[in-house]
Amino acid sequence: MKKITFFSVMILMSFLTLSCFDQSKPNYQFFPNMYESVGYSTYQESDAFANGIEAQLPVDGTISRGWVPYDYPDTNEGYELAKKELLSPLEVNDENLSKGKELYNIYCAVCHGSKGDGQGILMKREKFLGIPSYADRDITEGSTYHVLMYGRNLMGSHASQVNAEERWQISQYVISLREKLIK
Amino acid sequence: MSVVRITTLSKSISNLFKSLVSPLALNSFFVLLITLNISAQDVDIAKGKSLYNANCASCHKLNKKLIGPALKGVSAKYDKEWLYAWIKNSAAMIKAGDEQAIAIYEEYNKVAMNAFPQLSNEDIDNILAYTDYVPEPVATSTTVSGAQSSTGEPSLANDIILGLLIVVLLVLVTMLYLVTKTLTSIAEKNGIKIDQPKSEPFSIWKAFIKNQFLIFSSVVLLLLSSAYFAYGYMMQIGVDQGYMPVQPIHYSHKIHSGANQIECQYCHSSARVSKHSGIPSLNVCMNCHENIAEYNGEEDLEKGYTKEFYTNEIKKLYKAVGWNEETQSYTGDTEPVKWVRIHNLPDFVYFNHAQHVSVAGVDCNKCHGPVEEMEILYQYSSLTMGWCIDCHRDSNVKVKDNEYYTKIHEELSKKYGVEELTIAQMGGLECGKCHY
Repeated sequence: MKKITFFSVMILMSFLTLSCFDQSKPNYQFFPNMYESVGYSTYQESDAFANGIEAQLPVDGTISRGWVPYDYPDTNEGYELAKKELLSPLEVNDENLSKGKELYNIYCAVCHGSKGDGQGILMKREKFLGIPSYADRDITEGSTYHVLMYGRNLMGSHASQVNAEERWQISQYVISLREKLIK
Repeated sequence: MSVVRITTLSKSISNLFKSLVSPLALNSFFVLLITLNISAQDVDIAKGKSLYNANCASCHKLNKKLIGPALKGVSAKYDKEWLYAWIKNSAAMIKAGDEQAIAIYEEYNKVAMNAFPQLSNEDIDNILAYTDYVPEPVATSTTVSGAQSSTGEPSLANDIILGLLIVVLLVLVTMLYLVTKTLTSIAEKNGIKIDQPKSEPFSIWKAFIKNQFLIFSSVVLLLLSSAYFAYGYMMQIGVDQGYMPVQPIHYSHKIHSGANQIECQYCHSSARVSKHSGIPSLNVCMNCHENIAEYNGEEDLEKGYTKEFYTNEIKKLYKAVGWNEETQSYTGDTEPVKWVRIHNLPDFVYFNHAQHVSVAGVDCNKCHGPVEEMEILYQYSSLTMGWCIDCHRDSNVKVKDNEYYTKIHEELSKKYGVEELTIAQMGGLECGKCHY
């Protein structure tokens, strides 16, 4: 009888130690008040504001540091105007092109293909259809920047992912890809 | 007489038959004519499909409104000549003041359709033939259901087999119990006493207590092993390796990062430039999911990840971001998604993603593990201080093309007498680098 109780206690204990960590919950902490300080962390839930989140939208009219104003409106006319007259402030050099290539491969190649021929992986897997080759479209650096800024048709705006300088670097690389395709 | 009667009867029957058959024959003849006529015009649905996919599909779907209207049955709605003109140059028609053209332009928020002067009338005929084409309801649905039932069967069969085995086991146990019971009762009736060994373990215990060396060594063993387990238990406190919380939207990294090969930084774009890798805002999701409204990829039926399940998760995204699928526009009625943070360093540690991702060029997988294989994301590394230090001791600093480090690299490699410096030799183990 003693043996049975001894073994059952052992099994129960090993079970307890093994099942201690519930994967869907974070583990215990030593001194939690040092791990999580009193200050709010980003996106934390909080009743300090009306909508219950710590992160708030900037006040209307706020301009972030390094923000460059962009005057062309998000309309067909704005697009045509940007295509016609908007020029890149960056000079064409290897540094900008290599940076542009790096960013292009992260943000654009998945649809437009690493060569700009519209044969990205999402196109090949038929998640998107009808992505044109850059060679078939009459695009300029200005129009590419405009589309990156606002998006066009099914392509969404990428302004939240890349800043103004990076958008210009990508545009420069896109035009270099187009020139290679046309040749 | 009877013979005559039969012949007249057969004649009348054959007449009847002819009168019935002739209109049918005529019909089939016309059908043949029409099909011939069509084939003479060379309407090629396959060609139409490839043209449609290459030129139209970026803005139109067959059954659903996208940027432009759904194209199924469009040739019935408009005159053919009008369609030719519209597809080749819609902007010119709007300028010329064509009423139908302006109506469409206004209906779709003044989004101009690209001009396709490169398409010939025959190309457009092919495309229209494809948009009108209704695929015959082939037996695909039955094959699909068959496949499902065949995959569903084995699990059911397994359950049945397991149940049967359990029943058999129970029967065996009860039988054994009954047999021993009857045997002992028989033995008792016959006057035989069954001795059960009771004193033996007791004597072992007595011998054990008398032997002092055995007691000493077992106590030491006990202390050491309990210290070992206590140490192991203490060391895993505050370590969340393997943490796998349930997220409000079942986002599969396996599908996005694995199957579709989307770069990590497409969504976690701030890892490149800031301290945090960041949770992508929902507009980044909508860059693709404006178009992809339902899931058509692989399923995992055992775990319940069906196409409906994934499509339903996309609907959750639409609800949170306030996207109306019917009108293809935002309602402005949004709600935050309460993602659960997995990788969370204590607040007394400074860690910077940009320094590791952009400057050092560390691959995301090095710390986050095979994310592209994770259906549900979990914490791969322990994220303890020892884990950080190990890497800082072993990894070399990437000094190539980095002017910032040129001078200090030269001086330090002279000091340590090495070619390649580790992060630790650059001061990567200083307390103040991460704790301040």
